[in-house]
Amino acid sequence: MSPRSRSRVGPLVAAGIEAPALDVDALLADRDTTIIVCCGSGGVGKTTTSAALALRAAEQGRKVVVLTIDPARRLAQSMGVEKLDNTPRPVPGLQPPGEDVAGSLDAMMLDMKRTFDDVVESQASAEKAAQILGNPFYVALSSSFAGTQEYMAMEKLGQLHADARSTGRWDLIVVDTPPSRSALDFLDSPERLSSFLDGRFIRLLLAPARGPARLMSAGLGIVTSAVTKVLGTQMLRDVQTFVAALDTLFGGFRQRAQRTYQLLQADGTAFLVIAAPEPDALREAAYFVERLSEERMPLAGLVVNRASRAPRGRLSAQQALAAAERLEADLTTPARGELAASATAGLTAGLLRLHADRSRTVARETRLRSRFSTAHPDVATAVVPALPSDVHDLDGLRLVGELLAGRAS
Amino acid sequence: MPHTRVWPPGASGYCPGVPPETPLTDWDGVRLHVVTGKGGTGKSTVSAALALALASRDKTVLLCEVEGRQGIAQLFDVPPLPYEERRIVSGPQGRGDVYALAIDTEAALLEYLSMYYRLGRAGKALDRFGIIDFATTIAPGVRDVLLTGKVYEAVHRNRRTRNARQYDAVVLDAPPTGRIAQFLNVNGELAGLAKVGPIATQADNVMALLHSERTVVHLVTVLEDMPVQETIDGIDELREDGLAVGGVVVNLARRAELDEQERDQAMSGRLDAESLRADLERVGVPTTRPLVTGLLEEAREHAERRELEDDQRKRISDLDVPTYELSRLTDGIDLGGLYELAAELRRQGMA
Repeated sequence: MSPRSRSRVGPLVAAGIEAPALDVDALLADRDTTIIVCCGSGGVGKTTTSAALALRAAEQGRKVVVLTIDPARRLAQSMGVEKLDNTPRPVPGLQPPGEDVAGSLDAMMLDMKRTFDDVVESQASAEKAAQILGNPFYVALSSSFAGTQEYMAMEKLGQLHADARSTGRWDLIVVDTPPSRSALDFLDSPERLSSFLDGRFIRLLLAPARGPARLMSAGLGIVTSAVTKVLGTQMLRDVQTFVAALDTLFGGFRQRAQRTYQLLQADGTAFLVIAAPEPDALREAAYFVERLSEERMPLAGLVVNRASRAPRGRLSAQQALAAAERLEADLTTPARGELAASATAGLTAGLLRLHADRSRTVARETRLRSRFSTAHPDVATAVVPALPSDVHDLDGLRLVGELLAGRAS
Repeated sequence: MPHTRVWPPGASGYCPGVPPETPLTDWDGVRLHVVTGKGGTGKSTVSAALALALASRDKTVLLCEVEGRQGIAQLFDVPPLPYEERRIVSGPQGRGDVYALAIDTEAALLEYLSMYYRLGRAGKALDRFGIIDFATTIAPGVRDVLLTGKVYEAVHRNRRTRNARQYDAVVLDAPPTGRIAQFLNVNGELAGLAKVGPIATQADNVMALLHSERTVVHLVTVLEDMPVQETIDGIDELREDGLAVGGVVVNLARRAELDEQERDQAMSGRLDAESLRADLERVGVPTTRPLVTGLLEEAREHAERRELEDDQRKRISDLDVPTYELSRLTDGIDLGGLYELAAELRRQGMA
């Protein structure tokens, strides 16, 4: 479903207001918070934010597992694991060090195919599982279907949650979401997969296996002949085999997806919408926030990453640019007596231009954020300034955590 | 809202800083420009700017998007595009046009069916049975063949194709780097699924175009570690698949307001606060302490950032592919900004 076809959700009338501050530490400290889901469009720093939140929670005494999706190599390394995989692994080096640390942190990376395979293997007999795993359509579906990653992230979340309940190994699960073009994809994927599996065509393909009466259903002849024309008989046969083999699993898939969806609606879940101060990212964030409220899913707040730091001093961008131009004019015009251009005029002009650029960027970002909060006045917001370099160790993650909580010195 | 934008007066064939007669560009002879890049690097913006730059040489250009985002409509500030080629920018005197097409998988499949099979009634039945959904969902290979097949058709038109507009160049705003090799390797994706049949034939045709001299894949990046890494990996992957790598477009580059020596001084805290204060006072700027220390601090941060960017720039230049740089527009991207970026690409020889 296209997000654009939905109606907007908003206050109808509003004056420009400042967003309430998001209290990250209160969220992490609240023992009732058992799942934190970080959503947002691609390239806004979801994975880093998830990891930083998980670390901060662990160091404040929570037993945390963080499920990351495709983390940068350096981010994985920063958690002390050379290469994360589909199994949660303990992250060493938590502070304060010592044996009486109450908190713990495990990290893992979603392996979508592995997770899918596991589901198949746990649901079907060995023989049937082998049949499914070898089918070319299964391979395509499990490794490249556009919604599979989102769906498998949900599946994994469900597994981790069940695990946490039965073993008590974790009391907080932090989930990163796949880098889709739209943050909504994460919420839509279970619906998309199950409606696909419920599709009439799938039912139709299964029909022959269920008895000849179904073969007579209207339009079947036209349809199968058209399908054969387009796809070729071989492909059609593969599809049929695949669908028949998966049929027994369909019920299971749907139920699980529904359960996970309910889990997301539960009180213990908190959604954090991650964005960057750019129109596209904030537009996606707005759609997501509205969708959550429609679905009655608990939104904790908005995190705006990569914000520019406000410049110091009270010089406006216009004043700075005007001054830079005057300095540069002095450089090009011949010396006028004692007012000969100074040796550093070019440099000073450069500094003024930097200042002007920064002021304008900050003004633009502030305007974008205030537009967002005017339309979504209840969304608590944390603004995280851009770091000059990528996070590559636990200290870096810790710093991001401090910035998120507004506690950085 | 108008459906077609008109170039700024005199912009067609004219580009600030470039003599109009400059004959050669880096990609003469290329008909299909595929543009990819990590999410968030501005792949759509660069695609649009490239389409404009190509059109500015009195060409008719088609700009395609395949991800259903309506990014083109947003960039050019025109109403959402339907599944049909629509002129969105026209040059003065009717020279240099950009057409746009938002390729929709389902519509492409139905069109494909009616084109090759005249499936009037059956086509509707297919839709009713959810087969369109099926074909475009379960077999990503089929979806990608349909998308690239439509592009193939646009590139391949010639004088003999009746009633069809011919394009001098087609720019494809493609899926992100993570999916690009898979997207373009339609044969490989299909191999396990459809070995024979019309879809397989279509895939063969598409592959022939993609692997010909008429196609290049450009990669968009920003000067940060991950996007650059993805660009490097992407180039390897594309080459492995036998696809021609075009240029790397460095987007959102910061302008260098300070030279190297000044940046060194800024980093090591050797910039002289006194002469800065004196300069400021000379042009009538009231010099408060926070302002002076603030300016020096901003200079240091700028220099640090610039140094990190230079490391990434170095990694990119080591790749030994043509590189283009687009500067960050302080006020964000809009139609005017798009024309500026197009001029920058032209000045640098990309179009």
